Amino acid sequence: MYVAVKGGERAIANAHRLLAHERRGDRDVARLTPDQIAGQLGLAVDRVMAEGSLYDRGLAALAIQQARGDLVEAIFLVRAFRTTLPRLAASEPVDTAEMLIRRRISATFKDLPGGQLLGPTFDYTHRLIDPALASDEPDAPTLGEPDATPVPRVTDLLGEEGLIEPDASPDVGEPDDLTRTPLAFPAGRDLRLQALARGDEGFLLALAYSTQRGYARSHPFAGEIRIGEVEVEVFVEELGFAVAIGRITVTECQMINQFKGSAAAPPQFTRGYGLVFGQGERKAMAMALVDRALRCEELGEERTAPAQDEEFVLSHCDNVQATGFVEHLKLPHYVDFQAELGLVRRMRAEAAAGSAAAGDTQDAREAVE
Amino acid sequence: MNAPLDHRPTEPSAEPATEAYNFAFLDEGTKRMIRRAILKAIAIPGYQVPFAAREMPMPYGWGTGGVQVTAAVIGPDDVLKVIDQGADDTTNAVAIRGFFVKTAGVATTTRTAEATVIQTRHRVPEVPLTERQILVYQVPIPEPLRFLEPRETETRTMHALSEYGLMHVKLYEDIARHGHIATTYAYPVKVDGRYVMDPSPIPKFDNPKLHMSAALQLFGAGREKRIYALPPFTRVESLDFEDHPFEVQRFAAPCALCGARGVFLDEVVTDDRGGRMFVCSDSDFCESRRERGETGE
Repeated sequence: MYVAVKGGERAIANAHRLLAHERRGDRDVARLTPDQIAGQLGLAVDRVMAEGSLYDRGLAALAIQQARGDLVEAIFLVRAFRTTLPRLAASEPVDTAEMLIRRRISATFKDLPGGQLLGPTFDYTHRLIDPALASDEPDAPTLGEPDATPVPRVTDLLGEEGLIEPDASPDVGEPDDLTRTPLAFPAGRDLRLQALARGDEGFLLALAYSTQRGYARSHPFAGEIRIGEVEVEVFVEELGFAVAIGRITVTECQMINQFKGSAAAPPQFTRGYGLVFGQGERKAMAMALVDRALRCEELGEERTAPAQDEEFVLSHCDNVQATGFVEHLKLPHYVDFQAELGLVRRMRAEAAAGSAAAGDTQDAREAVE
Repeated sequence: MNAPLDHRPTEPSAEPATEAYNFAFLDEGTKRMIRRAILKAIAIPGYQVPFAAREMPMPYGWGTGGVQVTAAVIGPDDVLKVIDQGADDTTNAVAIRGFFVKTAGVATTTRTAEATVIQTRHRVPEVPLTERQILVYQVPIPEPLRFLEPRETETRTMHALSEYGLMHVKLYEDIARHGHIATTYAYPVKVDGRYVMDPSPIPKFDNPKLHMSAALQLFGAGREKRIYALPPFTRVESLDFEDHPFEVQRFAAPCALCGARGVFLDEVVTDDRGGRMFVCSDSDFCESRRERGETGE
C-alpha cells in the first residue's frame, strides 16, 4: 500500500528536538559555555568572525556552540544574523602601521626595525599530542608589558627605494560592498579582496597552493605577517573629524612577488594582500597569494590557471553559498527524477527495439550464408 | 497511509510571532530594492535582473531567492501557499511556510484557488491560475545557457545579442543522438519572442502552463542574485524545431488515488518486488478530486 513518503511539521519539530538533545551531549559532563569557547577555542572563533564577516567574539562563540562545532554552519548562523543589522557607516581605512603588535615576522629580512616577534604560534612546536593537556592546568607565564611603539611595515621599507609598487591609491572613494550590490565581472580589487576576506579558508588554501605548484606561479615571499590590534575610526559628520569606535584584532599578510616590468612600469616587486579578522595566518597568506594571482590582467600576465580566473574564484569561494547549493541535493527532486526516469525508459525501449531489429538482419544473413 | 492534511487555512495572527524582525523578515529598504528589481524584470520579460540578494536564515539553494521575492511582494492580507514537488507537506515547503507564519503572521492555505501568493519549487499547480494570484518560483541556476557556457560575462553578451544558436545546436545534437530532445525538466523557453529563459527545474510537462498565464510569475534566484519575471498574458514558447515539435510527457495510467489523467504523476515504489503506483504530484489537486468522490482504479 501507499507508504507515506512525505515529511511533515511534526517530523521536523522532532528532528530539531533530537538535535538539541545531541548538542547537549552527556549530561553528566558540565555544559560548555560560550565564554569557554571564546577563550579556549579562540582560533575557531576567529575563523567564524572572519568568514561570517562580523566582528563579535561572543556571537561567534555562541554560533559555534549552536552549530555543535561545525564551523561552516556557525559561519552561516553569523551571516544570517549580520543580514539583519543596519549599516551605519563605512569606517576610515584602518592603519596597520599603527598596529599594537602581538606577532610580527618577515621572511625577507633577517632583522629589521621593530624586530621579529614570534607571539603565540604553532610554528616550531613538535606536533606531538600532549596527554598532559587533558588533565593538567598549565602554569601561567609572566607576561611583559606590551610595547606600543609603532612598527614600520616591511613593504614601506622597500617602498622608500621604489623597489616595490606603491599601495593602491587611497582616493578610490567608498569601496563597493558585495553584500549590498550584486557582484558583476570584472570586479574591482576592492570587491575581490572583500570576497576573499569572506571566502572559505580551505578553498583559498588549495588555490594558493596550486599557484605554488606552477598553476600561475608568482615567486612569492612572505614580506611580512603581522597580528595585533588596530583602531577602527569613523568620520562623524557633526564633529568634523574621525573618532575611534573600538579596536579589533586582525592578521595582515603582505606577499612580495617578482615582476619583470612592462612598457609602463620598471622592474619592481609587486604585492599580494591578505587581511582577515582575528588570528588567521593561514587564511591571510592564502588570500595574499590568490589576490596576487588575480591581478594578472592588471600586470599584463597571461591568464592560464584557475587561481587567476576572477569569475571562477569569486563565484566559488563563499562557503555559505557552496554548502547551501551542494547540500540542497538533499531536498526532494522526485519530479525532475520522474521526468528523467520516463526518458531513460523510453531510450532503453528504443535501444532494445533497435538491437532486436539488428539481430534479425544478422540472423537472416547467417541463414543465407 | 498518508495522514490527512488539515485544509483549514490558518488565520492571520494579529502580530507576527517574532517581533524582533520586520514584517516578513526583510527590512523595508531591502524590500524596496527587491521590488525595483521585480518591476524591472516585469518591464523586460524573461531578462535576468541582478539584485543584491541578502543572506537569509535558510541555506542557499533551498529557496532563498523565492523567499526574498515572496517577502517583497506579500502583504498582511495575502494568503500564502507553499509547495515543493507539487506538494504542500514536503519538508522544505513546511519550513518556508512556517517561516512566513512566524515572521509575517500571514494566513496560509493548501488550496491553490484560495491562495493569493504561491511559492513553488519544481512544479506549477495543475489548476489554471487567475489574475489575482502571483506564482513565485525558486530558481537554482537562472541562466539557461550556463551548462553550455559557464562564464557569466559570456552569457550576458549572448543574451544581449540574442545569440541563441548554441542552445539550438545542443537541442539538435540531442535529436541526432537520441532521435528526440533529451531535456525533460528546466526545458528552455523563449519569452515574448526575445529572451531565452530557464523556467526553473519544472518538468517540461508544466511549460505550456507558463504561456499566456493570467497570473504574474516571478522567479527568484538568491545564490545567483537574479530575478526575472513573466507578466500576465506573456507569450512563452518552448524551444523546438519544425520537424521536431515540443511535446510533453504522457503517462500511461491515470492517478491511482483520484483517477486524474493529463496531470503530472509521481512514481511511488510500493514494495521491493517491482511494485509501483503513480499518483498526482499536485497534492491539493489530488485531494480536492478525492473529496468530490473521484477514485483511482
